[in-house]
Amino acid sequence: MSVLVDRDTRVICQGFTGRQGTFHSEQALAYGTKLVGGVTPGKGGQRHLDLPVFNTVEGAVRETGAEACMIYVPPAFAADAILESVDAGIRVIVCITEGVPVLDMLEVAEVLEHSESRLIGPNCPGVITPGECKVGIMPGAIHLPGRVGIVSRSGTLTYEAVYQTTQSGLGQSTCIGIGGDPIHGLDFIDCLRLFEDDPQTEGIIMVGEIGGNSEEQAAVFIRDHVNKPVVAYIAGVTAPAGKRMGHAGAIISGGQGTAEQKFAALEAAGVSVVRSPADMGERLRELLAGSAEIPR
Amino acid sequence: MNLHEYQSKALFRRFGIPVPASVVVREPGDLDSLRDSLPGEGWVAKAQVHAGGRGKAGGVRVARDESALRKAVGDLLGGTLSTHQTGSRGLPINVLLVESLTGIRHEYYLSMLVDRATRRVTVMASAAGGMDIEAVAAQSPERILTEAVDPVTGLSDFQSRKLGFALGLDRSQIGSLGRILTALYRLFRECDASLVEVNPLVVTDAGELLALDAKVNLDDNALYRHPDLLEMRDISQEDPAEAEATEHDLNYIRLDGSIGCMVNGAGLAMATMDLIKLHGGEPANFLDVGGGTTAERVAEAFKLILSDANVRAILVNIFGGIVRCDLIAEGILKAVEEAHVAVPLVVRLEGTNVELGRKLLAESGVDVIAADGLTDAARKVVAAVGEAS
Repeated sequence: MSVLVDRDTRVICQGFTGRQGTFHSEQALAYGTKLVGGVTPGKGGQRHLDLPVFNTVEGAVRETGAEACMIYVPPAFAADAILESVDAGIRVIVCITEGVPVLDMLEVAEVLEHSESRLIGPNCPGVITPGECKVGIMPGAIHLPGRVGIVSRSGTLTYEAVYQTTQSGLGQSTCIGIGGDPIHGLDFIDCLRLFEDDPQTEGIIMVGEIGGNSEEQAAVFIRDHVNKPVVAYIAGVTAPAGKRMGHAGAIISGGQGTAEQKFAALEAAGVSVVRSPADMGERLRELLAGSAEIPR
Repeated sequence: MNLHEYQSKALFRRFGIPVPASVVVREPGDLDSLRDSLPGEGWVAKAQVHAGGRGKAGGVRVARDESALRKAVGDLLGGTLSTHQTGSRGLPINVLLVESLTGIRHEYYLSMLVDRATRRVTVMASAAGGMDIEAVAAQSPERILTEAVDPVTGLSDFQSRKLGFALGLDRSQIGSLGRILTALYRLFRECDASLVEVNPLVVTDAGELLALDAKVNLDDNALYRHPDLLEMRDISQEDPAEAEATEHDLNYIRLDGSIGCMVNGAGLAMATMDLIKLHGGEPANFLDVGGGTTAERVAEAFKLILSDANVRAILVNIFGGIVRCDLIAEGILKAVEEAHVAVPLVVRLEGTNVELGRKLLAESGVDVIAADGLTDAARKVVAAVGEAS
């Protein structure tokens, strides 16, 4: 078991014939992802990477039975690409694109409310179930099939958590990068729920950062609904207020959304927090080794 | 991107939101037509800088006659203004906004922003206008009213009425508030704003609503569809190093410490700063070189870091995902050569082709302190600064 995607998930790519789409589709195929085709409007009927190209997502779904989609289109077209996948009934939509206007995402969020589709991103590394299915830009080689579910707002920090859990031999069930934008699809709570319900996942690493209050909400959810050990790290203790730290969502305004507030909320909820990003894997290894003794 | 008050008020006028009559002053001669354009019993001259707290810092001057106004303009124009939001260096005052004095009966607060929690544009209003709204939110949150806007229907009239009644406005003022809010929402949508703030919105002596101040921040991600708004960018209000970084697609924010950081990925960049602090050092900057880093960008990044005279050591922390570590190593070597790095350089590489990258650095003869892991990197760079001082 795993969450969201596995070896049987049929995946298509929007922006398939573009530079990014081509490169990451090749990487996904090399990893073993069941990529079954792609979409580039106007190039329908052609073949690319020895796979069929479609004009519309609807056509791709009809012909290939695709249920997941990865989006590599420029920011101006990203919201439309997501809406097209929702309309075509795609179950898992992964939008890698960075720089999508916030107001575009408000409309997307409204449509998602009323659909069965799940969006990951935008501005994210994507989702991977190690050894089975890679939908995104993460380096496949650092992953190891295993026991840890990882959810993170940051790309390279996800890789750190992956690397540490691979080094310690724990491996990962599924890793989800939910993205650094203020308005995005799946949130911490959605992913925590998936991991809690997944038999393969034995422990969870959650990587947050400054801005917003989704880590605080996740803390309450963990306290009430998660029985598996959770290790949390929050980036941005040293970030100055009012500055945008790379991610559009990473801004502390008016004393809200600081790393200290998030650490405090997580600690109060009984989550095992680490102050150093170097300690995420080791802390979870300790918790899993002695998990029978963890008072929850 | 932030707009000045005078630019924000020009947008307000375009969308039909009432603002005081005004003159934009870039040189003292701009005051010569004052008597024709702004007749009245007094004026206010407001420094146009990208920071709040202008009033307390002396950037807003009231003048009762023309000589007092000329003196205020002379004092402010060409100077700098330091407020609690600018840091000690302050911001240059290149433009003043001169307005007729307005008789005020009451001050209110209005704003619109994107609320992550509700995933909606949200209107905030308060009868505690003219004050620091963050202080109001912290001390008496019940004095702040909110209405979330449904993206499908837009702002409804009933929402404006609710706010108007709750603020204690009279019937005709509630009608005006509805027109102002509808226009503000149109502005927010059509300009891709991230924040629109009116503090204060006043009821004048004549009983009319007027936007006495105006602040508009724009969503950087949407500027590609607003070339006219992009022209309003005022680089003089930005940190020169940060503006330079933007030119090279780098995310750079200057801080006060002594350890320069170069990292790929925003989250890892913040985590690296935290790690330095955790081990007793102080980061000099946030710098995300991005995912698709080239040797040229690495070189530019080094130049930026070294433009800060406080930097006494540099930590490079790269987790090569799609980017190969050997390419990063080549970039570092090229940059060290070109940018003349004279401070200790600690490098932590991990990920794709890491062995090749480490080998390149080790065999280059360049003085690089190799680090094995995050903790080792932080310890080594903090130690290097300790030795340097």
